[in-house]
Amino acid sequence: MPPSDAPIPRFPQPLALGLRVAPLLPMSLSLTVYARRIAQSHPGLFKRLGEYDSTPFVLDPTDLPIVIELQPNKGRPSVRVVRGAGQGEARIAGPLAALLGLVHGAYDGDALFFSRDLVIEGDTSAALALRNAVDDAELDLSEEIARLTGPFAAPIKQLMAIAERRTGVSLSRPEEVDLW
Amino acid sequence: MVMEIVCPAGTPAALRAAVKAGAHTVYCGFNDETNARNFPGLNFNREEMREGIAFAKSHGAKVLVAINTFPRAGGEEMWHRAVADAEACGAHAVILADLGLLAYTAKTHPGLRRHLSVQAAAANADMINFYGTEFGVKRVVLPRVLSVPEIAAINKETEVETEVFVFGGLCVMAEGRCSLSSYATGRSPNMNGVCSPASHVEYEDNGGVLDARLGGYTIHRVGKGESAPYPTLCKGCFSAGEKTGHLFEDPVSLNAEALLPELQKAGVTALKIEGRQRSRSYVAEVVRNFRAAVDALDAGRPLPTGMLARLSEGQATTTGAYKKTWR
Repeated sequence: MPPSDAPIPRFPQPLALGLRVAPLLPMSLSLTVYARRIAQSHPGLFKRLGEYDSTPFVLDPTDLPIVIELQPNKGRPSVRVVRGAGQGEARIAGPLAALLGLVHGAYDGDALFFSRDLVIEGDTSAALALRNAVDDAELDLSEEIARLTGPFAAPIKQLMAIAERRTGVSLSRPEEVDLW
Repeated sequence: MVMEIVCPAGTPAALRAAVKAGAHTVYCGFNDETNARNFPGLNFNREEMREGIAFAKSHGAKVLVAINTFPRAGGEEMWHRAVADAEACGAHAVILADLGLLAYTAKTHPGLRRHLSVQAAAANADMINFYGTEFGVKRVVLPRVLSVPEIAAINKETEVETEVFVFGGLCVMAEGRCSLSSYATGRSPNMNGVCSPASHVEYEDNGGVLDARLGGYTIHRVGKGESAPYPTLCKGCFSAGEKTGHLFEDPVSLNAEALLPELQKAGVTALKIEGRQRSRSYVAEVVRNFRAAVDALDAGRPLPTGMLARLSEGQATTTGAYKKTWR
């Protein structure tokens, strides 16, 4: 977990440039499978969205040349990766590392918002519902990826841990310990 | 005696984070209009409340259930059910504001400990003693309009425990009496559990200049590099005549960590942290800091300071009314 007062890492520009020409369909399909896996293992996440469980969201990693359109579909989510602004009723924009840190509880959403590292546009209420639902779900994206990779789970997790240490980007949920 | 840290939890995950970070007590609410933080994606259903309370108890912590909005005439059933369910879930106490609901709870759930919400705006010893005598209230959450000497004076005149806010969003209005939000949105904290509801909030970024609107009214406009505001009317930046400024209060957060020794001397029992709408990351960080502070105070060690400004609204803090004389 990165220190919460450290600068938010930015995605390396050369790699981001590669995404300008990368095929988007495989990414969309892979992320849809991934999102549905998360929906299966964390059904409470979509219940907590309440009236916004069918609201289309745009997740905009501002240091990447793509955006992610997320359609929750009442717990059967679909994901589309597009170039340009994307379409949705609520947009949450910020550096990729900030968005990942929010998911893992490494950053506080309001603090990122006050500092303008995170920008919300469109339906503010839906954006808040998504943020609160994700915060409660205690997701671990590395763990979810590892589960999808079968026999490669252990090396994948090790790889993610190394990447997390090297980049300072929160790629997994920090282990909580009882302090008292 | 160590002052009790009372922490917010908007979700079960935040409750667990608070308990693990050292909260003595956690307060939370059901996911309906019975609590004053009725925000999308927040709060607890009955099963989550039961499990959350069991988790807290297993770690030696207590849970208070906030049922602190004002029931609508003819619609009291939702509030009555909330009180009964809080007791059935094993809550240590309920936090109430409405006189009728206090009377109902005292009569029908006499074994359920009752705290008086800040929404009741009990700001003097006479009022507090009235609630204590008539409804068996054991603790009062004091409004954020009192100075430390005023709190000390109140404690000398009452047996009811006092709980004071020490960190988080600063509501500057007479608590429980403010309807400002309803003028722009039709909804208010006392009746609907929401101040400046997110459903009425819009942001527009024009080349780095950020407009924050509430119910279609521009409440705040900040330039590039300035902290983003949440558009509450009381903290808005308005132009009137030739002046532009924050008419009621600056958008800053309360941080009374430096005043803990004075609050202890003033006879305060519990220290409340605001922020049920905040993340588990925030809750854990704030709780860790305040738990360390009260333990240091109890052990006679110097207090750690200056840890939490980054997390605050406007990224700036104030000691609020504790350090100023009310005009």
